[in-house]
Amino acid sequence: MSPPKSNFDFDIAVVGAGPAGLAAAALAASKGASVVLLDEQVEPGGQIYRAVTETPVRDRKVLGPDYWHGAELLGPLRDSGAVHWSGTTVWSVARPREDAPDGSRPIQIGLSRNGAASMLTVRHVILATGALERPFPIPGWTLPGVLGAGAAQVLLKTSGLVPSGATVMAGSGPLLWLLAWQYLQAGARIDAILDTTPKQNWRAALPMLPGFLRSPYLGKGMKLMLDVRRKLTVIGNVTALRAEGGLAGGGTLKSVVYTRNGTEHRLPADTLLLHQGVIPNLNLANATGCAQRWDEQQRCWRPTTDEWGATSVEGVSLAGDGAGIGGARAAEEAGRLAALDALHRLGRIGREQRDQSAAPVRAALDRALTGRAFLDTLYTPAEAFRVPADDTIVCRCEEITAGAVREAVRLGCSGPNQAKSFLRCGMGPCQGRLCGPTVTEVIAAERNVSPAEVGYYRLRPPVKPITLAELAALPKTDADIDAVFKH
Amino acid sequence: MTATASPKPDVIVIGGGLHGCSAALHLSMRGVRVLVLEKDHVARHASGVNAGGVRQLGRHVAEVPLTVASMALWHGIRDLVDDDCGFESHGQIKVAETEAELETVRARVAELGALGFTHEEVIGQDELRSLVPAIADHCVGALVSRGDGAAIPFRTTFAFRRKAIALGARFQEGGTVTRLARQGGMWTVETADGNRFEAPVVVNAAGAWADRIAAQVGEPVPLEVIAPMLMITARVAPFIKPVVGATGRTLSFKQFPNGTVLIGGGLLGRAVRDENRTELDFSQVSVNARTVWDLFPCMRGATIVRSWAGIEARMPDQIPVIGPSGTEPDLYHSFGFSAHGFQLGPIVGRITADLITAGSTDLPIAPFRIGRFAA
Repeated sequence: MSPPKSNFDFDIAVVGAGPAGLAAAALAASKGASVVLLDEQVEPGGQIYRAVTETPVRDRKVLGPDYWHGAELLGPLRDSGAVHWSGTTVWSVARPREDAPDGSRPIQIGLSRNGAASMLTVRHVILATGALERPFPIPGWTLPGVLGAGAAQVLLKTSGLVPSGATVMAGSGPLLWLLAWQYLQAGARIDAILDTTPKQNWRAALPMLPGFLRSPYLGKGMKLMLDVRRKLTVIGNVTALRAEGGLAGGGTLKSVVYTRNGTEHRLPADTLLLHQGVIPNLNLANATGCAQRWDEQQRCWRPTTDEWGATSVEGVSLAGDGAGIGGARAAEEAGRLAALDALHRLGRIGREQRDQSAAPVRAALDRALTGRAFLDTLYTPAEAFRVPADDTIVCRCEEITAGAVREAVRLGCSGPNQAKSFLRCGMGPCQGRLCGPTVTEVIAAERNVSPAEVGYYRLRPPVKPITLAELAALPKTDADIDAVFKH
Repeated sequence: MTATASPKPDVIVIGGGLHGCSAALHLSMRGVRVLVLEKDHVARHASGVNAGGVRQLGRHVAEVPLTVASMALWHGIRDLVDDDCGFESHGQIKVAETEAELETVRARVAELGALGFTHEEVIGQDELRSLVPAIADHCVGALVSRGDGAAIPFRTTFAFRRKAIALGARFQEGGTVTRLARQGGMWTVETADGNRFEAPVVVNAAGAWADRIAAQVGEPVPLEVIAPMLMITARVAPFIKPVVGATGRTLSFKQFPNGTVLIGGGLLGRAVRDENRTELDFSQVSVNARTVWDLFPCMRGATIVRSWAGIEARMPDQIPVIGPSGTEPDLYHSFGFSAHGFQLGPIVGRITADLITAGSTDLPIAPFRIGRFAA
């Protein structure tokens, strides 16, 4: 491993060690740039390949071959000379100053590592911050025993844990089926899957089916769904959901109430796993000031990027699901494209070399994205689960209901930022991750305008919480920083 | 394009911050037809994102008569705007960390006493501890103003807007004023979205953009655009009621009823005025964090969940511009509050309404005249 110029100065920082970040860091460093890969987790892999080097789940067929592909990205990273700082939380990326006295345009990254905060200086940053689960607000979703399917999958990958007792999965989307399949492989009990995919989505998605028929995911996806359907009770056309606790208004989860064909049914449950797809984790890009746009097909905000992943902010690129959901294989290729463009911008490779190297990568990216439109359309969550009824909590941190958001709209709050100031929703520790998309949709529906017009939260650093002590001790000099990083 | 809304207003207020909304409210209360023009949306900048301190404590002597009069309005804020604005009055305290600092605050109280003001008093270490049990051991005393407190800025500004609208004021949001001209006793105000408005009187309450309005009438002012930074913690158990500042360093520290703690004090980030954007300077945020580390040991493990900065105007002498234009009749200024205008909002709106409807006000505003910057 070649050492960086100093302990806190690199050509390129890559944030996130999922498929996009791993591929970007390995490629950029292999061409001679000094690269630091910053990642919160102890082990590389991101969410999709989480714990791929050390999962206790050794039976390869439990997590499936797609998961184990992640391990193949680690060798190139090791050989590239990129520095990998695991256990590092990035809480701020500041765009280059327009008024720096010496004309240089460095980017300052605020991070926490080993319990100490520090600022890192780089000339280019590739954000590979991935996806997060789309909020799935239903009455009772804050009860103990109700969690995101993604969180449950993390427990499976990192600790080999599966829920005990009666388990119900509810929602829509490929990941729900994948997790169900993984649980089956692991021998876990699943009592039922409540499929909330709206019937009419099939009609809308049908014209896109030819594209999907060429998708590499088709065969795998069909096999997986058939497998799950053969072994489990799958209840389709679910139009309403409610989690109920043992006590009036609380306690831990006791049952799941669902509506099908206008009739209410009740299932006993100790665990309810909710999932309705993933959306870009754009908090860091948003707080950095990257422009974003509403994606009607994926029904989410995504940062605006060019074909190389470059954002509206100089020196800041995006790769992978953080720029729009495309899946792990697409993320990997997008990471390579962003790396090539960064190398070009830094003067390491010429335009021609960039374009030449990019051609096969772009072809692979296109292949990986084949059929995406079909999946996006088919699995668009039902309006009832994106725009919940008045008594459903939307902001869990501040316990703000959809009704309170609607009331704020009636008092003149026209967008999420006004609602934030007015209600404090989105101002808790999660910084709007769990309510942002819902608040946008609720306000848009209430005002009868598009989410694009309503806008999204302006997010602020620190994007991840840090302690006052860390901030107070932020090193001021190079020597201070070295002292922090050598211990 | 000409705005079709009628009738024509008597007064156009430029700027939908607290001062613009307050002027609109007080004018509307007197039956004056008001139109407020706001380039973004009401309370988008300083008025929506400031620390919310409702503070008479430690103000510039020129502001003391205004701050005292405003405090009376704050204590009846529900009667004024039909909303309590989240106002709570648990006092404001400026901590002295050394005997020398304590001497300074004693001199301050003597100076105010000579002017007839008694709202500030010096307290010793024992009373400081009883008011703020969490304060660090080394603090020797403090300056306190018991009637002070804090409110919720965005909610406050919105309440002023709502009440003004209820009394007949109109608000036009989303168009920047691009041109201001007066002819034949009538002002014409044009906005970037293609609208054109007329009124006999204009109020310039455009905050960090007010110098551009003043320059339109040949009245340039040395306004500096600043971005004071704030940060907030995750919830901690309730431990403090008053708002705490420091004598020897910059700090504004208070806990909300929901347990979160707001830390500010005017350390500056960078404002990019033309893009409505601010950037934080974490080396300065760190200075702020260090102050809290020193003064409130119990906060050292607290988690910072968010920091931000608003865009504000600062005048070279740290006090605002309030009063009639020096170059044009029927134009009134209310801007440049230099990072401490929130508490003055209720009274300065009344003063502006006094000037417009009666031609004078009973409060001493001579120190705030715009002409003080003329060469």
